[in-house]
Order: sequence, then structure tokens, then C-alpha cells
Amino acid sequence: MKDFFMNNSDLVIFMVLIVVGYVSGAIAEKRHYASIKKREQEMVELPVVTIRNVHSDSDVQESGLVMGSAVISIDYFKRFLAELRNLFGGRVRSYESLVDRARREAILRMKQEAQRKHADLIINFRLETSAIGKSANRKRHIGSVEALAYGTAVSLRNG
Amino acid sequence: MIITNVENVPGKSIEEHFGIVQGSTVRAKHVGRDLMASLKNLVGGELKGYTELLNEARQESLARMQEQAEGLGANAVINVRFATSSVAQGASELFAYGTAVRLESE
Repeated sequence: MKDFFMNNSDLVIFMVLIVVGYVSGAIAEKRHYASIKKREQEMVELPVVTIRNVHSDSDVQESGLVMGSAVISIDYFKRFLAELRNLFGGRVRSYESLVDRARREAILRMKQEAQRKHADLIINFRLETSAIGKSANRKRHIGSVEALAYGTAVSLRNG
Repeated sequence: MIITNVENVPGKSIEEHFGIVQGSTVRAKHVGRDLMASLKNLVGGELKGYTELLNEARQESLARMQEQAEGLGANAVINVRFATSSVAQGASELFAYGTAVRLESE
């Protein structure tokens, strides 16, 4: 038994990393989604639109840029899955949840900033995504994703 | 200074256009953060160090843009856009640009 581990230390390390990645990645993702959903519920009152003119100019009291960003990394297990997917092609589910989490987190942070400014809505909302980190320059290797959400927060005159 | 990413400042009218202003900064993260990030790459989740770094850098490029606008005598920057590019391994450039304008005082 001991000999097996000694002779195949590469394989053992790889398996350990896969298991660690799977367990902690799944826990982190579940927790993150729960927190995202909760905060999305709390901030459902603040509308975000991608168009520019939803109100007449005379109603506006104040306006200013707000933004939020998040960098989310994928875990070892999912990266392994995605590399396998590269062989066969098709839908890469493990990356879908990664980008989705980054975007929704970025939007929430933007909304939080807007709430601090007591804004009533966010107009001309834009989203940008970019690959970050060591792997950014390598084509097939995406490790972490940054999502940036920005828009113009507008507060309206009361009444 | 008012900054927006629409073509005007809602509720205000524009008196004068000054043209494009821009600000950019290139940042690399330090080794400690990089090490933490590669650990985090195993377990997944948010890379807080990177989020912070990019936020700081973006604020810096916005500040430089505002400085330039102030130098022109503007009091608002409209139609602001952001761009990110990785210039070298481990370093990224954050770039902000917009149109400097002067608003009519009420």
C-alpha cells in the first residue's frame, strides 16, 4: 500500500487536488448562489435598465457613475472537466456557472453603490467581462473571470 | 465633478464640449497576492485580492481622467467607457475615457 503511494505520488497528488477542488468548489458555489439570490431579492426594488431615457430631464435631481466588479476563479475539478470538454466539444457547464456568478455579483455590487447614493434607478447599464491572471494570455486556459458592471445612477425628485 | 456614461447629464444642459479625456494605469499584483490567487485557483471562489486591485486601479484611472478634465476647465465627464487589456503576464491595463464638458450653471 505504502509502495503504491510512493511510486505514484503524481497520481495521488492529482487525485487529492481533484477531490479538494470538487468539495470546496461545490461548497463555495452553493454558498455564493444562496447569498446572491438573497441579495437579489433585497435589491429587487432598484431597477436597472440598458436604455438611456426613461424619465423626463426635469425630474432628475442627481446623477453619477456607479460600478461594481468581481473576480471569480474556477476550482481544480471544474478546470479538469473543462479540459476534457475541449476534446469533445459541446456545452461547458462548469464555465457557465463561473461567468454567471461573476456577472451577478458585479451587478449586486453596483446596485449596492447606487443604494448608498440613494439612487432610484440605474440607466445605460453595461457589462464587461475579461479573463484575468496568469492564464489571461493563453487561449485555452481560462482560470478566473472578471465581470465589471457599470451605469449611471439617477435619483429623481420626489413627487 | 459629475461622471456619467450617457450622452448627457440628466437634468442639466451642456454649455461647452472639450473633447476626449482619458486616464489609464497599468498594474501588476505583488507576489503574495499572486500566491494566494494560485491557491484559490485550486478551490475556486472569489479572488478578493484581485477584485480589490482592479477596483483601486480603475479608481486611479478615473481620477487621472478627472484631473485631465479639470485641467481643461470642465466640470463633468460624459459617456465614460472602460477598457481592460492584459499587456504582459500578470499585469493589466485599465483604461477609462470620456468626453469632457462644462455644464450650464443653474
